[in-house]
Amino acid sequence: MNQREIAGRIVGFDDENFMVNHNDWDESIAAALAEEEGVGLLNDRHFMVIEYLRRVYEEKGTGPTIRRLTKESGVPTKELYSLFPGAPAKKAARISGIPKPKGCI
Amino acid sequence: MKKLLILGAGTAGTVIANKMVRKLPAKEWQVEVVDQDPVHYYQPGFLFMPFGIYGEKDVVKPKKRFLSRKVNLRMGTIERIDADTNKVYLENGDSVHYDLLVIATGTTPRPDEIEGMEGDDWGRDVHEFYTFDGSCKLARRLREWKGGRMVINVAEMPIKCPVAPLEFAFLADWWLTKNGLRDKTEIHYVTPLSGAFTKPVATERLQHMLDERRIHVETDFAIGSVDNDKKRIVSWDDRAVDYDLLVAVPTNMGADAMERSGLGDELNFVPTDKETLRSLARENIFVIGDATDLPASKAGSVAHFEAEILEENLLAVVAGKELEARFDGHSNCFVETGYGKGMLIDFNYETEPLPGTFPFAKLGPMPLLKESRINHWGKLMFRHVYWHALLPGLPLGIGPHMSLKGKRTDLLKRNSPVLAGAR
Repeated sequence: MNQREIAGRIVGFDDENFMVNHNDWDESIAAALAEEEGVGLLNDRHFMVIEYLRRVYEEKGTGPTIRRLTKESGVPTKELYSLFPGAPAKKAARISGIPKPKGCI
Repeated sequence: MKKLLILGAGTAGTVIANKMVRKLPAKEWQVEVVDQDPVHYYQPGFLFMPFGIYGEKDVVKPKKRFLSRKVNLRMGTIERIDADTNKVYLENGDSVHYDLLVIATGTTPRPDEIEGMEGDDWGRDVHEFYTFDGSCKLARRLREWKGGRMVINVAEMPIKCPVAPLEFAFLADWWLTKNGLRDKTEIHYVTPLSGAFTKPVATERLQHMLDERRIHVETDFAIGSVDNDKKRIVSWDDRAVDYDLLVAVPTNMGADAMERSGLGDELNFVPTDKETLRSLARENIFVIGDATDLPASKAGSVAHFEAEILEENLLAVVAGKELEARFDGHSNCFVETGYGKGMLIDFNYETEPLPGTFPFAKLGPMPLLKESRINHWGKLMFRHVYWHALLPGLPLGIGPHMSLKGKRTDLLKRNSPVLAGAR
């Protein structure tokens, strides 16, 4: 685990830069992580995705797949890719303070 | 009389039916299998058909021939499972009561999940090779191939036999070279993964093999649509790859009946305990093969290893005992690499594919993660093993649990979860 300062607080990250404890997360940390990911300023639609991811993680102990995310979060796939360009599942999970989504086999 | 009902007579369903009918007391238990298709396909053979290596007679046989005569095979399409009343309803209106249920309904490619995939080019310049019909059509298309851009695209994970698209690329390179068409053909391998394969050590070796064969790899490509007019596939983030021939591996989904029964996840795969193979929904429902949501490969070898675990656990349930057998995610796959050679990979939930020898340390005789002729022969021989030993549920001499013997575990150190946790 690596500890570093983000948004004025000391937070733990794993080797791939995902937060170790999702309870350390708050909106200012989300904003700072979004900046690091090149996502820019977070708007309501970003937060719809972030809140959905955190809710699923808290209920199930694992983040949802992209397919489940688009089916249930109310954000269509196309928009998801424009909100979190490149790798939305990974980027959105990192900004939401939850672990990396489990890789597929 | 109690009933063990098995849904699906593909690889997994056939093996478990044959095993259980031998072990359950015939006076107390009846074993019944429901399936909608009278034909059993040797699915690993679909990969070889487009290149004319296998024909229909190699991959198609009647299902009945491979099920023990003591198993009752009922032809019918499953409408839904009512887990509250232990009944399975069929489309023809029949219902079948069960005491124990095994779901073995597999997975199928769903081109309709991708916008435009079933457009004008479908069956012409857009093909798939995961069904018998699809593979036949692609074989016909390749016979008239004169050159151009051949694009192999994996839509999204998980897919059945995750190495098959790579094998297709290797075999295409070999087949095109043999037919004097390789210099006229660009091969592009377009994947939603960040590398050639899902596991790091194997990805490194496979990437090297793709480079050697001048196969271009496009990673992190999540297909959004097929543009039939412009002949291109377009990703959700607006990247485009042009094709003259698209060899698509569409989204894989479990049976729709699982969704109708409220037993499936977003891809209709059934949430299953990854060690005991019991469904998370009910104590008397078990799941095997491609129908599960396990983080293991969807492959015949996995179904075979699972069957040994499931056999023990079903017998435990019948005897009123705790489930003790644990599946470790063991998978064992031959990877055809063209030119009469193949690779072998052997892995499980915890250990990624590593180089080494199989099944014995040093003695082998099969090298792991390395091309060799013996692995290619192994793959071709396997068809006979499949029909005559695997489907009847006979022991193959390889236990269900993966062994670390002969594997280069030193290569794991970088990625060892134990070490990462200790840091």
